[in-house]
Amino acid sequence: MNEEILLEMKDIHKRFPGVYALNSVDFSLRKGEVHALMGENGAGKSTLIKVLTGVYTKDEGEIRMSGNSEALDIRSPQDAQKYGISTVYQEITLCPNLSVAENIYIGRGSGAVQNWKEMNEGADKILKSLDIPARATQQLGSCSLAVQQMVAIARAVDQECKVLILDEPTSSLDEEEVEKLFGLMRDLKSRGVGIIFVTHFLDQVYEICDRITVLRDGKLVGAYDIANLPRVQLVSKMLGKDMDDLSDIKGSAETYKAESNMPPVYEAEGLQSNAGIKPFNFHVNKGEITGFTGLLGSGRSECVRAIFGADRVIGGKVKKNGKEVTIKNSYQAMKNGIAYLPEDRKRDGIIGDLSIRDNIILALQVMRGFFKPMSKAEAQKFADDYIKLLDIKTPNADKPIGELSGGNQQKCILARWLLMNPEYLILDEPTRGIDIGTKTDIQKLALKLASEGMSITFISSEIEEMLRTCSRMIVMRDRRVVGELSGNELTQNTIMSTIAGGSEK
Amino acid sequence: MTNLKKIVGKQIFIPIAALLILILFNLCADPSFFKITLGTNSAGNPVLSGYLVTILDYGSELAILAIGMTLVTAASGGQDISVGATLAIAGSAMLKVLCGGATSASVMQAPVIVALLVGCIAAMLAGAFNGALVAYFRIQPMVATLILYTAGRSIAAWINNNELPIISDSAFTVYGGFIPGIPIPTPFFIAALCVLAAWCLLKFTTIGLYTQAVGINENSARLNGINPEFIKFLSFVILGVCVAVAALIKISRLSTINYSVIAKDIEMDAILAVALGGNALGGGKFNLWASILGAYVIQFLTTTLYKFNVQSDALPAYKAVVVIALVVFSAPTVRAKLTELSKKKSRSVQLAGKEAA
Repeated sequence: MNEEILLEMKDIHKRFPGVYALNSVDFSLRKGEVHALMGENGAGKSTLIKVLTGVYTKDEGEIRMSGNSEALDIRSPQDAQKYGISTVYQEITLCPNLSVAENIYIGRGSGAVQNWKEMNEGADKILKSLDIPARATQQLGSCSLAVQQMVAIARAVDQECKVLILDEPTSSLDEEEVEKLFGLMRDLKSRGVGIIFVTHFLDQVYEICDRITVLRDGKLVGAYDIANLPRVQLVSKMLGKDMDDLSDIKGSAETYKAESNMPPVYEAEGLQSNAGIKPFNFHVNKGEITGFTGLLGSGRSECVRAIFGADRVIGGKVKKNGKEVTIKNSYQAMKNGIAYLPEDRKRDGIIGDLSIRDNIILALQVMRGFFKPMSKAEAQKFADDYIKLLDIKTPNADKPIGELSGGNQQKCILARWLLMNPEYLILDEPTRGIDIGTKTDIQKLALKLASEGMSITFISSEIEEMLRTCSRMIVMRDRRVVGELSGNELTQNTIMSTIAGGSEK
Repeated sequence: MTNLKKIVGKQIFIPIAALLILILFNLCADPSFFKITLGTNSAGNPVLSGYLVTILDYGSELAILAIGMTLVTAASGGQDISVGATLAIAGSAMLKVLCGGATSASVMQAPVIVALLVGCIAAMLAGAFNGALVAYFRIQPMVATLILYTAGRSIAAWINNNELPIISDSAFTVYGGFIPGIPIPTPFFIAALCVLAAWCLLKFTTIGLYTQAVGINENSARLNGINPEFIKFLSFVILGVCVAVAALIKISRLSTINYSVIAKDIEMDAILAVALGGNALGGGKFNLWASILGAYVIQFLTTTLYKFNVQSDALPAYKAVVVIALVVFSAPTVRAKLTELSKKKSRSVQLAGKEAA
């Protein structure tokens, strides 16, 4: 084993029922390097990390670490910690109502008696050595998020960690806090700790990482030195599209010709929500399909959520058909003819225990009002119509929606919004996690609805899907709009280079 | 076989089964439990008496409370434990109006409807207080209602300067007793009216759908234009109305009020009624009719225990047994085990049938 190499994972396989989550993945980490682990949704990043930290046990493969002659046998998080592998998760998993020192030492005391003085002194020493601006006796909850994150790292470091895994540590931090965190990471690096850094922010990868491993669909795409991998190539590797591929898919969606005398169906100026996106401008015309594209976490969903009033809107002007309107919550959006199919179907879409019928009629019912409940017969008719129209596979409309497959659930939610007959329909990842047949059904439906005059915004992680449906695309990076493409610009190459940004244009 | 399964699978099966068990028990132990006699009361009116009539009488208060408690449970995923204390407040306010502020009155000083309205306003204010804490300040329902649970009876006493007003107008005893000429206790008719009102509420508004949506998935409900906070708030206010109606029955029975004892622990029986109705105490889907039936079943149990001379202090221990049985049978793990067992059984029956063939 190479002296420099700290950790080596070889030929790792992990299968879940119906999913091949990791298919022969190799990964190696050198001493004192920051190694970015990149990939889109479902690439296998988190599975790989969970295998390494003992949350999952691998099906095949071996993990070796310098200093251990035998392959590691990691079966639980405790095992991983024993080998010096520590993880800091995106959500801080410490106890905010305990002191900083208690958080550093919690769960590690050997006896029932705790020497508080010793503990606090020890904690202060660690905090000082890592230059973390916190006191041992301070309540953790009173520290900023970045400091809490750093305390979590301190806790990990103090456990003689050799490998530190940071799973999206920066997603809730502001720029200044990120800088502080990076300072700490550089410090650890100089001490020889190997850091695995999972993030969606390209700028951060290029700022702090030494090497990048890219995964896609549970397979290894490759490991690269950061200097040899320009941004555009990284994006193309993550998305699985070759930049140089000449057989560029040109969107089959026709170029949209706006009727010049009509104001846009929806227009936003400087719209901003509390979800951390920068203010943006956006408009959509009658019968036009627009799209928001960008990597995961770039803020595409947050934009449409702001349009629908799903997050708290904190600024901006909104016009509907040229008239200024207020959209601060979903009800106001619906009253203005806007419908929104959310990204997270389980959390924001379905009402699991209710019947398909109730789920389908819900939005229309809310529009009609509190004192005008529709009769069961009417509801049944609506449900039956859409079950037939969208080919929802279910024995009847009484079945709880939670018992359907993902694709059929999605169709029910789609039915819910179509029943409302909206002027402007927002589809946020409508095809994620559903079977291929349903996917094309939904794409076709979007095109058909637009040709009938409905305005649509379509979001998808799959660029081909967007090219096929959208006639104009807003490109996002790191939570801000960085470009707008339409017509001839709508090719994979331009999209990817706009996403990547930076110098490699 | 399949028909049986259909019935067993229905939510209302739980209270029905409990009722059947109780009936069966009483039939075996002492069939005189079911005897109903027609007599006359002190005013010379015909009245029915017997254990079943008692159940109908006292179960009605509980049924009224169960309506509100079901909505609160479904919307907020928690329970209101201040019902008894709020009932004391409403009752105290009603008595103050009926006695015209005096300590006793031989004739009602105000129409009953006015007293009821004042009681309603008092109980709805209490409900609004609870609802605001739960919906807008996101305090756990049990913790939020603990405030009025603790303070409510003092507030009730304060309303009447700690006096116990007595109303000796026989016209007022009607609501907790009998309407002259009708041998069935009045509370049953009041409960019937409340059930009818609840039916109308579910039929002519969307509150049923909204409440369930909020209870099951607040995020989705919000994204469908429902205001989850308001729905939760509303459920507590509706419970307030139910409490006021129950308070009217209570003080009519007593002709006075005892702040520290009136409707003591009645919230526990109301919650038990909701649970016995097969409703998830964690919120979500609900069946109002099962809760109402559950309320009468609870009273059936209480009356049965009284008949067997169980001391009133010992009652909670017996009810606890019912709670344990309910909790165990509704636990998902037990349910899963039971369905597995029944599947195995039906399979072995099928196999045996095949072998026999």
